[in-house]
Amino acid sequence: MAEARPYLRLFASQVRGQAQYRASLWLDLVGSFLIGLLDLSGVVVLFRAGGRVAGFTTAEALLVAALATIGFALADLVVGNMDTIRNLVRTGRMDAVLLRPLGAFGQLVAMDFQPRRAGRLAVALTLLPLAAAWAGVHWTPARLAVALLAILGGSLLFGAIFTGTGTVAFWWIDSGEFGNSFTYGGRDFAAYPVGVYGSVFRRIFAYGLGLGFAGYYPALLLLGRPDPLGAPAWFAWLTPAVGLAACAAAALLWRAGIRRYRSTGS
Amino acid sequence: MTVIAARGLRKDFTVRVRRGRWRRETRNVAAVDGIDLSVEAGEMVGYIGPNGAGKSTTLKMFTGVLYPSGGEVRVCGFEPVPERVRMARRIGVVFGQRSQLWWDLPLRDSFDLLRHIYRVPAGDHAARFDRCRRLLDLDGFLDRPVRQLSLGQRMRGELTAALLHGPQVLFLDEPTIGLDVVSKQAVREFLADLGSTGDTTLVLTTHDLADIERLCHRLVVVDSGHIVHDGTLDDLHARYGSRRRVVVDLDEPLPELLTAPGAELEATASGGRRLTYALTGAPGPLLAALAGTGLLRDVSIQEPEIEDVVARLYTSKIR
Repeated sequence: MAEARPYLRLFASQVRGQAQYRASLWLDLVGSFLIGLLDLSGVVVLFRAGGRVAGFTTAEALLVAALATIGFALADLVVGNMDTIRNLVRTGRMDAVLLRPLGAFGQLVAMDFQPRRAGRLAVALTLLPLAAAWAGVHWTPARLAVALLAILGGSLLFGAIFTGTGTVAFWWIDSGEFGNSFTYGGRDFAAYPVGVYGSVFRRIFAYGLGLGFAGYYPALLLLGRPDPLGAPAWFAWLTPAVGLAACAAAALLWRAGIRRYRSTGS
Repeated sequence: MTVIAARGLRKDFTVRVRRGRWRRETRNVAAVDGIDLSVEAGEMVGYIGPNGAGKSTTLKMFTGVLYPSGGEVRVCGFEPVPERVRMARRIGVVFGQRSQLWWDLPLRDSFDLLRHIYRVPAGDHAARFDRCRRLLDLDGFLDRPVRQLSLGQRMRGELTAALLHGPQVLFLDEPTIGLDVVSKQAVREFLADLGSTGDTTLVLTTHDLADIERLCHRLVVVDSGHIVHDGTLDDLHARYGSRRRVVVDLDEPLPELLTAPGAELEATASGGRRLTYALTGAPGPLLAALAGTGLLRDVSIQEPEIEDVVARLYTSKIR
C-alpha cells in the first residue's frame, strides 16, 4: 500500500487541478452518459430492424453488448488516456514523467484520470442486469462467476489494447486515429455476436485480438446456448487468460517503447 | 567519488529524408558520437556547444530519459534507464524549457506533492524548502498556480522543486534561458552558493557564457557529438591562443617600432597613436619599455573574451 501512496497523491492533485473546471466536468459526465446510451441503442436499432440477426434476439445481443461495454468502460476509465502518449511524446512532456522516481505507466494513469468516462460505465452497468432479465438468463453461481470473470478479463483485454496502441506513438508520433480504430473499433466489434461478421474479419478480431472473449462467449454461457459457429462452451471461462496474455504483450511493447523514446530537442 | 562516468556514450537517431514524391531514405545520425566523461562529487561542470551539438541529448541519457545507442554510463553508480526510478531519487533536473511543476496547482502544492513522490522525511523537506524560499525569494508567489507565474518565478520554482529531495547531482539544461538580467543574476548567485558547499555536483548546459564564467571551474565543449575541450577556462584560452591584450594610447606616434619580450604588436590605429599588443608572457617588460618612451598617455589590459574563443572553437573545426 505504501507503494501506491505517491500515485494516489498524484491522482488527488489531478482531481484538484481538474476541479478548477467544474462546469466542464459535469458537461463531460452527462455527455459521456448520453453517448453510452447512444452506443448501446445502436445494437437495439439493428436487431429491432432485423428481428433476429445471426440467430440472436435483441435481448441476447444487448447482453453481449453490455458485457463487452462494461469491460471496455472500466479499461477506458483507468487507461483510456494512453492515447495521449502521442501528445506527451510530441511535446516532450514525457521527459518530466521519466524524471520522477515512479513508474512511468502508473504516473500516466494517475496523471490523467478522466472521471467523465464513468458515464459510459454507468450505462452499461445498469443495462447488464436488465438485458439479462430480458433475455431470460437464469443466474447460477457459475454463471455469475463467468459474468464477473468476463468483466475482469474484458477490462484487461481492452486495457492492453489501449496501452498497446498508445505505445505505438513511441515509434510513430503521427499515429493519429490509428489507436482509436483498435480501441473504439474493438469495442464496437465486441458488442455484436461474432456470427454477424464475415469469416476473415472474425478470425482477425474475434480470435486474433481475442475480442470474441470480451462479450460473446461469456454471454453464450449465460444464455445457456451453444455457439452456432461451433466453439466449445468452456471458451466462456477463457476471458481472464486472454486478457492476461494481451496485457503481457502490451507490457513488452511498453518496455520497448520507453527505450525507443526520442524526446524532442530543446 | 565519481558521480558521472561515461565511456564511449553514443546516441543515434534515424532520420527520414524525402527523396522525390514517394521515396524516403532513412539515415542514421549520431547526435552523440562517443563521449568519455568523468565527473567527481562536488564539481561544477559547464557543458557547452552550438545548437545541435548533442548537449541536451547527453543530459537526457545521464538522467534516464533516453536510452543510449551505445557505450556505458553510470550516474551515482546507477545505470540510468534500467535503474531509472532508484537513480531519480539521487538526481535533480531542471530543464529550462520543460516544466516539472503542476500547471494548474499553486506552486506550494507542487512542492508538497514532490515530497510524497520522492518520499522525503518532513523535517528534511521543511529545512530545504526554507532555504530555497529564503535564497530564491519565493514568498510572493507560492500560492499562485504555476501557469500564472512569470518565467523568472517559474524558474525559481523549478530550482526549488529539483532540490527538495537533496540530490547528489543537479542537472541543469539552459537554466537561464529567456530570463531577464535580474533573474539570471538571482539564479546564478543561488547556484554558486549551492555549488560552493561541495555537497551537490552541478552539471549545466548553457548558451550564456556568463553562466560558465560565474559558475563553472570546468568546461566541457562539445561539437557534432564529440568532446572538443575538457578543462578549465584558462586551459581553453591557452589552447586556442586567446591572449590578453594591451591597448596603449600615446601622445604622438612612436618614431620606431617598439618591441618587448612576451608581446607582439597586433594593430595600429589613430595614425600610430593607439597600439594594440597581444601578450604571450607577462606585461611587465612591455609596460616598462612603453613608460620609457615618455609618450604614454593611457594603457589598458583586456582579458580575452570567452565568447570569442568559443565562437572560434565552433566555427573552426580544429580537433
